[in-house]
Amino acid sequence: MNSLERHLRERRDAGQSSFVPYLMAGMVPDWRDHLEALVAAGAAAVEVGVPFSDPILDGVVIQRAALASLEAGTTPEGVFAELARRPLGVPVIVMTYFNIFHHLGMERSASLLHDAGVSGVIIPDLTLEEAGPWREAVTGRDIDTVLLVAPSSPEARVEKIARAAQGFVYAASRMAVTGQAEDTGDAGAVVDRVRRHSDLPVFVGIGISTPEQARHAYSIADGAIVGSALVDRVLRGMSALETEAFARDFVL
Amino acid sequence: MTQTAPVMRDPGEDGRFGDFGGRFVPEALIPACEELHDAFRDAWTDDAFREEFHHVLREFGGRPTPITYLARLSESLGVRVYAKREDLAHTGSHKINNVVGQTLLTRRMGKTRVIAETGAGQHGVATATAAARLGLDCTVYMGELDTQRQALNVFRMELLGAKVVPVTSGSRTLKDAVNEAMREWVTCVDDTHYCLGSVMGPHPFPWMVREFQSIIGHEASRQMAELGVGTPDVVVACVGGGSNAAGIFAGFADSTAELVGVEAAGGAAISGGQPGVLHGMKSMLLQSESGQIEEAESISAGLDYPGIGPEHAHLAAIGRARYVGMADEPVIEALQLLSSSEGIIPALESAHAVAWIAREAGREIPSGSTVLLNLSGRGDKDVAQVRDILKGRS
Ligand SMILES: Cc1ncc(COP(=O)(O)O)c(C=O)c1O
Repeated sequence: MNSLERHLRERRDAGQSSFVPYLMAGMVPDWRDHLEALVAAGAAAVEVGVPFSDPILDGVVIQRAALASLEAGTTPEGVFAELARRPLGVPVIVMTYFNIFHHLGMERSASLLHDAGVSGVIIPDLTLEEAGPWREAVTGRDIDTVLLVAPSSPEARVEKIARAAQGFVYAASRMAVTGQAEDTGDAGAVVDRVRRHSDLPVFVGIGISTPEQARHAYSIADGAIVGSALVDRVLRGMSALETEAFARDFVL
Repeated sequence: MTQTAPVMRDPGEDGRFGDFGGRFVPEALIPACEELHDAFRDAWTDDAFREEFHHVLREFGGRPTPITYLARLSESLGVRVYAKREDLAHTGSHKINNVVGQTLLTRRMGKTRVIAETGAGQHGVATATAAARLGLDCTVYMGELDTQRQALNVFRMELLGAKVVPVTSGSRTLKDAVNEAMREWVTCVDDTHYCLGSVMGPHPFPWMVREFQSIIGHEASRQMAELGVGTPDVVVACVGGGSNAAGIFAGFADSTAELVGVEAAGGAAISGGQPGVLHGMKSMLLQSESGQIEEAESISAGLDYPGIGPEHAHLAAIGRARYVGMADEPVIEALQLLSSSEGIIPALESAHAVAWIAREAGREIPSGSTVLLNLSGRGDKDVAQVRDILKGRS
């Protein structure tokens, strides 16, 4: 078992809900300060986006963050170097699209991620069937490849995904791209389906944007992933100090 | 002669064309891709479905399209050029073949709505046309820049009862229209089919669209035989995503004909790209040093795509077909040449293939060769743009 999964299982077994915020690397010049603020607020782990030109699972907010980051000259290697510079004290999960790793080379990506202290990756366009070579590349490097389950995933598929899952299972709350939703959608049903086949921690994501929604996620699952709500505010000028205050409301 | 496996074969359950293809989409879309795969596999082995497909293309789509011997052009170039006239198909291009197939399949799957991406508007107009015929609800995603450049096509789609949504993200062109259509598809897979416009995207699209378009190649191969010409020495088609090329290549891949795809020089994924993953497929893509997808650049909106269908990447890798880039300038000349020498105004896309023939006749195409040109579409949509370009020069 890799360290990310161990950490998240320990939290779960200790009855702690996990708040996992997402920020896009390079979206603002002081993005590192925002990450540290999130850790100070009590984040169980942080998700760091590496910008890609064609993010098909992202809504307008994270698209905008990716664009801002790319315009600022962010590169994958730059992000990894920045993460390697100083550990954050909580597990770092990198989220990006597969072409970024494919282009760098899978072996090289795995080694850069390892050197950067990254302990998990979420690659939304790399599903179970295509993930073989990637998972081989990260084997032995203490990196979990997190898989998603969607409301549309049929039972038999959930079972297959659950069997292959590492770290935690990402339960997509709705049939949508990332954004700020009114409620937690189908999260309950998706989490139930995952629980039937897996004893891994289950986190709810996609659309979670208020402390109330996060609390609902904590009541049905082991954690909540919050992206667009945070990214939107940071893009509109929220300071790192304000980020810490904002994030505290999401921590139980 | 020993029987060998066909070159353009069934890519199997995982949709591989050698190293390329596959299915790289969010988990939420996997069930829809699987459903589509099963529905297509089932329909394509059902004689009744095939019969209806052919029937609609005959009585609605204007098929079979003729082959025209381009006598004056041939005379001046010293090679014998035959044109497969997809410009004469309904809506003015080969796009109708694909959308008739996909809308029939939509109905067969019990879905009531289609969404599509479009660049110049050709695929959008074709989709709106086929959707209107079956009474399917239709929404087309089009880059905001393209809605301005192709305002008339927006109106055409609206006349046909479709809704056109301008896409304001990214480069606001075709690549972003595909992104947006995929994002939208996630939210409505239950009742909506994504009618993708070329041999690209996640499995089964590259295979399915090639199969629907292969009617071009099968017709052409029969027609060339009937004309007494037989197998041509070279088969040439323009390549954006690669659907018209895949369609005509499918009729000749197992013959001795050389296969040539002509990309826009500013969108030449095979010669200027590297392997990568975009829009659900692994293929050759134009990319920056750090793996960002670059924007293609061409006078022809239909070839303005930074990638190419995975089967073409495979055909290039195994050396069965080759792909060349063509700059804007000779394309304009070729459009004028075909118009004035043959009385056919080609689409700017198709003019890329004409330009390659005009340039290589007597060089890479030995004098006296027989060339089959896939004339993928008519140029009516482009005449205003061409007029402006020519005016700007004088
Ligand atoms: C007339 C015509 N030819 C070719 C293309 C390029 O598409 P493909 O490469 O899929 O045939 C288009 C696309 O819009 C087109 O309109």
